[in-house]
Amino acid sequence: MYKILEARTVALNIKQFVIEAPRIARKQQPGQFIILRLHEKGERIPLTIKSSNPDAGTITIVVQSVGKTTSMLNCLEAGDSILDIVGPLGHPSEIQNYGTAIILAGSVGTAMALPTAHALKQAGNHVIFIEGARSKQMVVFEEEVRQASHETYLMTDDGTYGEQGLVTNKLNGLLDAGRHVDFVLAVGPVPMMRAVARVTSPLAIKTMVSLNSIMVDGTGMCGGCRVLLGKQSKFACVDGPEFDASQVDFEVLMQRNAMYRDKECQSSKQFDQHKDEEMTELRAELAAKLGAERNIRTELDAKEKHYV
Amino acid sequence: MSEDNTPPTLKIKPLPMRERMKIIRTIMPERDPQVRSRNFEEVNLGLAPADALTEASRCIECAKPGCVIECPVGVKIKEVVSLIRVGDYLGAATKMREDNALPAITGRVCPQENQCEGGCVLGKKGSPVAIGNLERFIADYERTSGNLGLPAIAPATGKSIAIVGSGPAGLSAAGDLVQKGHRVRVFEALHELGGVLVYGIPEFRLPKSIVKTEVDNLRRMGVEFETNVVVGKSVTVDELMNEEGYDAIFVATGAGLPQFLGVPGEHFNGVYSANEFLTRVNLMRAYNPDEYDEPIYDCRDRDVIVVGGGNTAMDAVRTARRLGARSATLVYRRSKTEMPARLEEVHHAEAEGIEFRMLTNPVEFIGDEKGWLTGARCVRMELGEPDADGRRRPVPITGSEFILPASVAIIGVGTTANPLIQSTTPDLKTNRRNYIVADPETTRTSKRGVFAGGDIVTGGATVILAMGAGRKAARAIHEYLVSDGTWE
Repeated sequence: MYKILEARTVALNIKQFVIEAPRIARKQQPGQFIILRLHEKGERIPLTIKSSNPDAGTITIVVQSVGKTTSMLNCLEAGDSILDIVGPLGHPSEIQNYGTAIILAGSVGTAMALPTAHALKQAGNHVIFIEGARSKQMVVFEEEVRQASHETYLMTDDGTYGEQGLVTNKLNGLLDAGRHVDFVLAVGPVPMMRAVARVTSPLAIKTMVSLNSIMVDGTGMCGGCRVLLGKQSKFACVDGPEFDASQVDFEVLMQRNAMYRDKECQSSKQFDQHKDEEMTELRAELAAKLGAERNIRTELDAKEKHYV
Repeated sequence: MSEDNTPPTLKIKPLPMRERMKIIRTIMPERDPQVRSRNFEEVNLGLAPADALTEASRCIECAKPGCVIECPVGVKIKEVVSLIRVGDYLGAATKMREDNALPAITGRVCPQENQCEGGCVLGKKGSPVAIGNLERFIADYERTSGNLGLPAIAPATGKSIAIVGSGPAGLSAAGDLVQKGHRVRVFEALHELGGVLVYGIPEFRLPKSIVKTEVDNLRRMGVEFETNVVVGKSVTVDELMNEEGYDAIFVATGAGLPQFLGVPGEHFNGVYSANEFLTRVNLMRAYNPDEYDEPIYDCRDRDVIVVGGGNTAMDAVRTARRLGARSATLVYRRSKTEMPARLEEVHHAEAEGIEFRMLTNPVEFIGDEKGWLTGARCVRMELGEPDADGRRRPVPITGSEFILPASVAIIGVGTTANPLIQSTTPDLKTNRRNYIVADPETTRTSKRGVFAGGDIVTGGATVILAMGAGRKAARAIHEYLVSDGTWE
């Protein structure tokens, strides 16, 4: 069981959690992710890690409610627990001094891009961060984004905050203005990452995208997260999650990510209708588990005393 | 004391040889194929005590028992069977446990026809003694009797061992090592303990409750378990030794990455690896969509094909049938006689209405404009010259291509080594195929204090071989820990 120490809503349907997970906190590097499960009958879902504090033994994750599991998770508060968390998974981002690096992040993708941006800045890059969101109420971590970059641009689809337009409008603008770019990282919805790849691939700018394919175990065992790179099949969980954007078949990724959409919509709707009962049930299950864990620990302590 | 606990005062006179050989092999009672192919309940129901007794009476007690010779872990089968013959079921179970820590599991999943029963002399002229069924019987008898005698634990040695993986190799090593008085902690990457026994082998062949009982027994013996730890990611082998103070590590991470066919169209929705399909259904219980959140593509009233001829492919095709597939077809590039699957599973699958398309190989998956699978373009094969492993090589017949309609295709053609530990443990030697190199007898690797066994060393094999490796590792680790620690 992994205890939630802090829970804070950071934007519409987006929540940030600080969770006790000492092993993950010790090992986490920018670009890595976790997989969690909320209850005995729950699914395993991958989520990105925003930061970690090895001394405090905590990790920070950011969650947008998009389906049942994420909605349920976002109903949890400080003091609640998460049943299972495993990680850190995937390869860390490749940090080098490229020169000028542009990070493009869509809404909740900002959380995953932040640690990489920090690391790139520290490695000596000139970091340009372009954050995009649908509208003002979905803009997240503006202050942290500014700290992690030398230049910051905020884009909203509806123009309610920053500049109106897509992150690729800004990217094109910078390139048109003759800015030299050595490295690009895009993290966000698949159409956004595809749009970035379409801009940078012809210009041969090294571009990485962090792929969010459907996963089960996260250790390479199931192959459900396979993505097509050129003609080659790669597993996002162990070979990624970051891949060379010019190689990624985004159509296949979108198609595969839609595989369970019907079931997802149905579960999501059901959860919304029975939110209170579902949450009561979840909390009861977690409380029972916590009690059982405590019993085992007391038993073990007693045993140890006996040996001494 | 209940009747079941009566010590073996029951004196049954051994039948004369000729009489023993007249007894016909008892038949394992099983659930009706029509019924069981629609649910996930265990197929085999287990022998009744009287049947077990009769079956054990068939053993002619060879001077050089072939069954023992053929058993990968050398279970003293002859002695076990004679204890059953006199009605001492608990004694038989204890005897069994001397060599096999998980009899309820191996009794259900071992390919007995190639092992113990393959070595039984009765099989030469008729049917071999049903050793697998007897093994299962005594293990189940022991478990349900509530008289599971936990072995004595030696005084604490002060040494501690980390075991990576809670599958058959890890569990059997843990049981042996904790008995020697060592502190044992098992690390598991998934949220549930048991490895392939819970994510791979389906409920209808090995109920989860049996695995859970075995794990609970180990816990009662003092084994510690930590789930959600991916060694190589959450913590490295070096960190376990240098920072967490483990004196020895046993790497038993199992097979690994699923192999695909490498043909066009494997990215269509509806194409699964057998590992993914089985994990979703077994570990995540996707067969019960009303209660569990894990999704799986709805197989109901659809055509499902499974590619492969091993136990994993067989498990997948029978699982698809149970999920309501209109047709569940096994597609295999060789013929039935070359199939590596357990014979009993093949028989069960046939009874459940699984279709067998032998000498057939998919060359391309085809789908609709939205990316959903609609079928597989297959080619017919014929058997040519024997290849390196002695099996006749399948050769495609030109011009024999045809389309097999399918909404779901499951690929169960084997696995490759999982690289997570190897890539983060630089001084661990691996072979050409990236499996860990370990001495077959001592399970020692190239790295001091690190032992390895099971599928991560041999490549995909069987539960019993993995268990055997676990036991060898336990012996070798114990010897290493009580010795001067030399490592050559």
